[in-house]
Amino acid sequence: MQMLQSSIGRKLVMAVTGLCLVGFIIVHLLGNSSIFIGADGINAYAEHLHALGPIVWIFRIVLLTIFGLHIFFGIQLTLENRAARPIDYNQKKNIRTSFGAETMIYTGLAILAFAVYHLFHFTMHLTNPEISVGALPLDALGRNDVFTMMVLSFQKFFISLIYMGAMVTLLLHLSHGVQSLFQTLGLLSSNTLPTMEKIGRAAAIVVFVGFVSIPVSILLGLIKV
Amino acid sequence: MDLTLYVWRQNGPEDKGKLEQYEAKNVSPDSSFLEMLDEVNEELIHSGIEPIEFDNDCREGICGTCGCVVNGIPHGPQEKTTACQLHMRQFSDGDSLTLEPWRAKAFPVIKDLAVDRTALDNIIQAGGYTSAYTGEVGEANQTLISKPNADYAMDAAECIGCGACVAACPNGSAMLFTSAKIAQMAVLPQGEIEAAERVNNMTEAMLNAGFGNCTNHYECEAACPKGVSVKFIAKTNREYVKALAK
Repeated sequence: MQMLQSSIGRKLVMAVTGLCLVGFIIVHLLGNSSIFIGADGINAYAEHLHALGPIVWIFRIVLLTIFGLHIFFGIQLTLENRAARPIDYNQKKNIRTSFGAETMIYTGLAILAFAVYHLFHFTMHLTNPEISVGALPLDALGRNDVFTMMVLSFQKFFISLIYMGAMVTLLLHLSHGVQSLFQTLGLLSSNTLPTMEKIGRAAAIVVFVGFVSIPVSILLGLIKV
Repeated sequence: MDLTLYVWRQNGPEDKGKLEQYEAKNVSPDSSFLEMLDEVNEELIHSGIEPIEFDNDCREGICGTCGCVVNGIPHGPQEKTTACQLHMRQFSDGDSLTLEPWRAKAFPVIKDLAVDRTALDNIIQAGGYTSAYTGEVGEANQTLISKPNADYAMDAAECIGCGACVAACPNGSAMLFTSAKIAQMAVLPQGEIEAAERVNNMTEAMLNAGFGNCTNHYECEAACPKGVSVKFIAKTNREYVKALAK
């Protein structure tokens, strides 16, 4: 418990939960990209996920805990860091840091807001019930038609815009977060830090391009019902 | 050269403080930044204005006493240079300079540009002691230290404790300072015995003093007049994990 009051201890929690969340994002991206195979791909993927039954719920609870810890300590540490400089500079020039690093709390909160919307949209089917799986007929093999739900959703420009905007915040968050977590875990040296900064930014771009390619492909009509 | 200065004037820790405008006339490009301030102070004294208070001591760039934020950068625009070793040739005729003290909750302003850095001493104090053999003089090669480890410790020990890392950090964190002090001991056999306590106590003292937490902006390294590397922060994080296991 001492650890959860210490400076480095809480940063380690941020780093480990951050690493788990990056892992989740990559798995999520790989799962989503089954949409490029067509209805057979993503509907089968969704079917397999739901067939896991209680494991899905265990996974959700673990993920929610990880997400919760990351958010809680992220906010707590940010508040402490702000309090550490009660009177700001009239003029302050940052030399080394990045826009992504300076906006972590804002991009983090934006991702949280997006995650809530995303669950309302695709998991609970609250925001657009008329084009959600409950309202759509099952596909030819009797599975929930996730494919049609995604296509009809992203054909709405405004929904695509929300998703793409959220992915920009994720891009910024990861562009700092990935290298930062390895530094916090104490895994970097002067030699490896610049490389890890490049890898972190590259990973952020790969995740961004991967996720955004789905609504873009649908908007361009490359994927259609 | 002629310069316009905007200097933070604050009468004491409780005073609100504000920027005042002064003119620095006929400044020699060969004078140091602190000599320029000395000349401005002469003028101020002549015109019956209280001189600008700023910390300084060795004026050789080795003691860590001087330093203020010049146009948003601790110790001014020249890399790896303390304010006393900064020369006016770094600026151009007609430039405006904004001078502010290190700004951090843990560094209360004493007066104008001088801040109280006792918090850094408290962190060092929290580091405690190292166990050492006493008695007869040991064999010369009794305690072997590899060249890479000796160099590593010396690089960390380059920290002069000026506090520019805190001033530069967007979070007002003293992590680079604290890490340098932890890392300089961590790779030496003399520092091994108390390593776990040291990292716990020093980082706790840092937090208790009101410094922020490191979020890896690396502004500290960029501002450090001695170029102390953020690799020591990674090292400190490793030391912390090792201490957890104990």
